[in-house]
Amino acid sequence: MPEEKITAGGKSSGTYNLMSFDESRRRVKAGLRKRHRKERQFRLMGIGSVLLGISFLVFLFTTIIGNGYSAFWQTWIQLDITFEESVIDPDGNRAPEALSSANYSRLIRGSLLEIFPEVTGRRDRRALNALVSNGAVFEIRDLVMADPDLVGSTRSLWLLADDEVDMLIKGQVDRSLEQGSRRLKDTQIEWIDQLQADGRVEKRFNTLFFSSGDSREPELAGIWGAVKGSFFMLLVTLLLSFPLGVAAAVYLEELAPKSRWVDLIEININNLAAVPSIIYGLLGLAIFINFFGLPRSVPLVGGLVLTLMTLPVIIIAGRASLKSVPPSVREAALGVGASQMQVVTHHVLPLAMPGMLTGAIIGMARALGESAPLLMIGMVAFIVEAPGSPLDPSTALPIQVYLWADSPERAFVERTSAAIMVLLLFLLLMNVTAVWLRSKFERRW
Amino acid sequence: MKRKTGIVNLVVLALLSGAAHAQAARDYISVVGSSTVYPFATVVAEQFGRTSNYKTPKIESTGSGGGFKLFCAGVGVRHPDIINSSRRIKSSEVDKCAGNGVQDIIEVKIGYDGIVLANSIKADTYELSRRDIFLALAKEVPDPDGTEKLVPNPYQRWNEINATLPATVIEVLGPPPTSGTRDAFVELAMEGGCKTFPWIAAIKKQDKGRFKSICHMIREDGRFIEAGENDNLIVQKLRANPQAIGIFGFSFLDQNTDVVHGSLIDGREPTFEAIAAGDYPISRPLYFYVKKAHIGAIPGIREYLAEFISERAVGEEGYLTDKGLIPLVGEERAAVLSDVERLKPLKLARN
Repeated sequence: MPEEKITAGGKSSGTYNLMSFDESRRRVKAGLRKRHRKERQFRLMGIGSVLLGISFLVFLFTTIIGNGYSAFWQTWIQLDITFEESVIDPDGNRAPEALSSANYSRLIRGSLLEIFPEVTGRRDRRALNALVSNGAVFEIRDLVMADPDLVGSTRSLWLLADDEVDMLIKGQVDRSLEQGSRRLKDTQIEWIDQLQADGRVEKRFNTLFFSSGDSREPELAGIWGAVKGSFFMLLVTLLLSFPLGVAAAVYLEELAPKSRWVDLIEININNLAAVPSIIYGLLGLAIFINFFGLPRSVPLVGGLVLTLMTLPVIIIAGRASLKSVPPSVREAALGVGASQMQVVTHHVLPLAMPGMLTGAIIGMARALGESAPLLMIGMVAFIVEAPGSPLDPSTALPIQVYLWADSPERAFVERTSAAIMVLLLFLLLMNVTAVWLRSKFERRW
Repeated sequence: MKRKTGIVNLVVLALLSGAAHAQAARDYISVVGSSTVYPFATVVAEQFGRTSNYKTPKIESTGSGGGFKLFCAGVGVRHPDIINSSRRIKSSEVDKCAGNGVQDIIEVKIGYDGIVLANSIKADTYELSRRDIFLALAKEVPDPDGTEKLVPNPYQRWNEINATLPATVIEVLGPPPTSGTRDAFVELAMEGGCKTFPWIAAIKKQDKGRFKSICHMIREDGRFIEAGENDNLIVQKLRANPQAIGIFGFSFLDQNTDVVHGSLIDGREPTFEAIAAGDYPISRPLYFYVKKAHIGAIPGIREYLAEFISERAVGEEGYLTDKGLIPLVGEERAAVLSDVERLKPLKLARN
């Protein structure tokens, strides 16, 4: 209604009183600066909010990576271990039981004392032994078990250093503090410096972090158990939620008669997608554990709970991608005599599949990062052995992060961040796959 | 699609029956309970798994209260074998256990945990008494003018309570009410300070409930901040805010001596020796409880018990002692050893 506007701007309403050309030009010009300023402000606000978001993201990533990158390297100490027969196998018959229960820590103590013969007194010797990880004993035991011929010989071995030593080498212990305010004593720092001067200290890529399960010794702790637990859980989730979700989406979209019941179901599915995930945990606890009697802390139950959680997401994504298949495809198929079933399985479903897969992957990525529902079903647990099947107790990646964040040892800080980095990497990979699938297979009509 | 859902149903059924089968024979020990005992129990479990032929026990961190619920739910492979607890079992829990068929429970006291009030090393060490703590944190305190009535806590700065304390604002970060650490703190520190007022102590004899509500209620006006169960988080916050005091377990102080130092309580420093000797006033025993009916049914329980109370775990130089647990000594330790040896079931004195 341009005329009305101009009239309203003019002196009197009712009379059809057009402004002169100059007058309207003047008015537009006067308002123009204000309008441009507003536009600039809006633009700046938009840029500002994007920048703010990016800066938070950068801050998050720099703290996580800054804290965590050091966890991928680990300090090792080289010691000359003499496999004394009198300690390992006094009977001399190389019986596996004797080899497995021998006192290997005496070998480590002996070799440390060879380097530092001046250390006497129980307390000092204890402090000296504390430089080497508790796990080194098992390292030597496994070596001897694998090759009993080692007994009697001397080998130069790289052994895992204790986490306190590791922290010092990584520069996370303040040497300037007085002795009482740090975990390592002055003498211990001297010993480490001497070992380092002798070339007996080395930082190596931390393969244990990827290959071992949880441990209370930070230098021995790894994410393999959690990764496997997460894998089994996602496997169960995918196997159950994808077929169920696709079937439900196809039925609701293609076959269901329009009725109030179907509408009701649709509303409920949309609502379920927004239900807080902890609720699903409670549901899982009540149904799967208390009613069906499934064991606690197993990936199967975790997967079932996550299935409940991702189903609505997959159904909604599936329906959206079915909707985007143009009706002409269905009509043409029906027109040449295909049955309803054939229309769906031969034409509509293959065309909608990329969209459904994308939805499924995004649902899976959400399930991977989920921790709240797993709290309720006993996944917050200390489990050392990596699970061999979905029925072995296990934990999951986000839960491992949670558990490590709550551990008193300083060295767990970097491990927490490193585990977050691994989790983020998996999420990124899944989302990239989803984007790639969509761009490769999506058809525009 | 019908066939597909049929297959899915079959898969689910197969998985469920497989699970039921797996449950029929559990070959690992299942432990639940306190997050305070968790860092210690996990070390024992790991050692046990590495050095014995049994599987590593599974240890869930559920909190003491949540753990007892699971533990007392019944006997059988579906239910946990052991519960870690940062407080003694309550008689109501014993009754609940008995009601569900859990008759004989073996109590094992593993040691002590000191609760420390620490602040950043950038600020001076506080020297507090339990009376100061009560006056600083209680919801209602005795009227400062000396009359025997309660008023809402008026104190905002430490020096208003005790002239020898600094003039900093009272700001204490502590655990939430669901935590065993909070229970112990309230019982030992708050009640300890509360009892120093004779007229409040007198109430205990007449009206136990009222006494408890006076001594145990913590103020809610922002001077006490519930900081969640994560003790590391409290340590981080103390680093950022040198004025604040944090409440947490001794093992976290032990690991972070380069960031925080513990306040003196009643003139005692929170050191390993002081807590072990029983001189430090805010320390509590830690326990775990074992279902006797499960010993023999689940492999390795007896051996796990032996590992937990062995010299190399809780001895003077044991690995738990290294992790900050304050072990039992002398007669107390001898008594626990002999009780475990005989698997003596718990008998609570009814009060």
